Amino acid sequence: MNTNKLVLACIDGSALSSAVCDYAAWITQRIDGSLKLLHTIDHHQEKALKTNLSGNLGVDGSEHLLEEMAAQEQQQSKIRLQQGKAILNQAKERATQAGVADPVSSLQHGSLLESLAEFEQDIRVLVIGARGKEHEDQENEVGAKIDALIRSLHRPILVTYEQFKTPEKIMIAYDGSVAADKAVDMVASSPLYKGLICHLVCVSKSKGSESVLEQAANKLKAAGEVEVITAGLQGKAEDELCAYQAQHDIDMTIMGAFSHTRLHDILLGSFTHKMLLKTKKPLLLLR
Amino acid sequence: MLLLSKKQDWLGNVRGDLLAGTVVALALIPEAIAFSIIAGVDPKVGLYASFCIAVITALIGGRPGMISAATGAMALLMVTLVKEHGLEYLLAATLLTGVFQVLAGYLKLGSLMSFISRSVVTGFVNALAILIFMAQLPELTNVSWHVYAMTAGGLGIIYLFPYVPVIGKLIPSPLVCITVISGLAFYLQLDIRTVGDMGELPDTLPLFLWPEVPLNLETLEIILPYSLPLAVVGLLESLMTATIVDDLTDTTSDKNRECKGQGIANIAAGFMGGMAGCAMIGQSVINIKSGGRGRLSTMVAGVFLLIMVVFLDEWIKQIPMAALVAVMIMVSIGTFSWRSIIDIKDHPVSTNTIMLSTVAVVVWTHNLALGVFVGVLLGSLFFANKISHFMYVDSSFDEASDTRSYEVVGQVFFNSADKFTAGFDFKEAVSKVEINLNRAHFWDISSVGALDKVVLKFRREGAEVEVIGLNEASATIVDRFGVHDKPDEIDKVLGEH
Repeated sequence: MNTNKLVLACIDGSALSSAVCDYAAWITQRIDGSLKLLHTIDHHQEKALKTNLSGNLGVDGSEHLLEEMAAQEQQQSKIRLQQGKAILNQAKERATQAGVADPVSSLQHGSLLESLAEFEQDIRVLVIGARGKEHEDQENEVGAKIDALIRSLHRPILVTYEQFKTPEKIMIAYDGSVAADKAVDMVASSPLYKGLICHLVCVSKSKGSESVLEQAANKLKAAGEVEVITAGLQGKAEDELCAYQAQHDIDMTIMGAFSHTRLHDILLGSFTHKMLLKTKKPLLLLR
Repeated sequence: MLLLSKKQDWLGNVRGDLLAGTVVALALIPEAIAFSIIAGVDPKVGLYASFCIAVITALIGGRPGMISAATGAMALLMVTLVKEHGLEYLLAATLLTGVFQVLAGYLKLGSLMSFISRSVVTGFVNALAILIFMAQLPELTNVSWHVYAMTAGGLGIIYLFPYVPVIGKLIPSPLVCITVISGLAFYLQLDIRTVGDMGELPDTLPLFLWPEVPLNLETLEIILPYSLPLAVVGLLESLMTATIVDDLTDTTSDKNRECKGQGIANIAAGFMGGMAGCAMIGQSVINIKSGGRGRLSTMVAGVFLLIMVVFLDEWIKQIPMAALVAVMIMVSIGTFSWRSIIDIKDHPVSTNTIMLSTVAVVVWTHNLALGVFVGVLLGSLFFANKISHFMYVDSSFDEASDTRSYEVVGQVFFNSADKFTAGFDFKEAVSKVEINLNRAHFWDISSVGALDKVVLKFRREGAEVEVIGLNEASATIVDRFGVHDKPDEIDKVLGEH
């Protein structure tokens, strides 16, 4: 079991950042952990800021070019640095108001993935918005980086979609796999879910899933901290789960993520990706 | 993670890379032709090489956005090989060069670059610029005044055209120079030398060919003395260029992967009828300046170059050599570090000596590898000499016990061993000598040998000798730094033990 207590919230100043902050604050308080708010300044060094196609080389051309480029980037970076600080301060204030003892903020240069790889060891759970700044207004899309991020990080990740609502009813998407069993174990043992109503939902193509479902439910009940409701559904997993979510007013869904190889996902499509696109409620993904 | 970065390397900057790649391709054509002429081969050899090396380093090199192709530094090393043995041996030597470079990549020799000081790098680029300039001189001697006028006009266009509003920063000025001068020569029907006079241009796509040389030891004996310096110079210039691109773009590169990439590119060039090449400082800077950042820019440069030379060969043949010379003089001016001349009066003599010796050796031998070797050697000697100043021997005399106490402070090694010995007074007749090494560091066997000699000498004079702290002082004699280079271990070894 992961004994880390660090909740890491990825704040980029987009519309979802406040929800990310709220969920992270909620988790931090429930597990009595510490909260870190992370903002990264991605300089997109793979892109050129300015082009000069004159194609000639003057006296000390490379030195002049270096000075020129450094000066341009300095301007831009200063603005981004200020923006980043402002965004983090706002989030920090919000988290403090929500009751988190002393949230830590961290401003990093480079891509989000790089920064997260650095922190990965200490993370208990990562909270991130489904859409970053670039995709803010595309309601039915998820951010370009989300898939890659979930794949590369081996920690639980909470993906948030809309404004915060204190979770009361949660759902475990159970398919009898190792990852699903891990999800059940986690819910059974973590203080985060104490006192919540947990729907254990299994979608299968045929009947006969009741026995595994029953076993998992017993495990949850034995822990005694959550109220358990089981449901066996039939049909296309992502459709059924989302329908169930809406029908029973589920506040958060817990599931294993990307358990297949990348090749499988490229050929057949990834269930996790479909869920990420379809759901409107926060998804807690377990690797 | 790797796949992701690859995608970004290729598609992170598509528009910029396409434009920059095109600008670079246009500049690569005159350079490839000029460097073929330096090497004494047909222009097609340099053009095929440039295509091949650019495309392959784009695919597998370690530094996205860097431009590699046929280069002057390499061309200068092949002159005698081509003259004495012909093109086929050059192709074989190119293959072997590639093999050496791949090996260097696997042996991680890229890290050896840390021994090359800034002064050597400056000397290298200055020497390269001078050699490129000197290679243009044959085109400027015993020619009619038209050629001088055209070269001067060409240089004027190259440097002044960018100041023309709007189009000045959209159309590469070397291209304008070549077009205008070719048009002028064609219009005036001038009888001056053109690219077509210099040898064959490519008329087909490159073909895969095994060099027609006998596979025996004799061949190896011929090509080895060329392949080794080619491999060294190729890697030196490539890694120097990679560092420049790193600095310009504020990103990092994989130097050992670059070595392997250069090697495989040269092997491919050898099979495709191209000469050995490496990264180009000038073109890489132009690429970055034009907005190129990703692998796509290098790829576009290579592919576009080939398309143009294969389909426009009839036009390229008409280009007067004067236009090419103007472009090459620009490359030479752009490569030279003019600031280093101003810096001479501020820099220490040792730094200037290293830089100027590197330049002198290269200009004299036409071999950049030799210049770098001399530069690194001088640099190491100067460094050793400086460090040996940080050593002195202190002494005090205690009359009561008739004891002379010596305290050695600082770095004792081969270069300071004599100074160490000289610090003791053997004439003085005392009954006891104490040598305190608590603040000394013995770096090699020479220093231990010097200490043994000192002790022996004192004993011969009848004194009793006591050495304090030898084990700690000689803890610095290690071949492999394993635990020794951890911070607290360093404190233990170098601290006041």
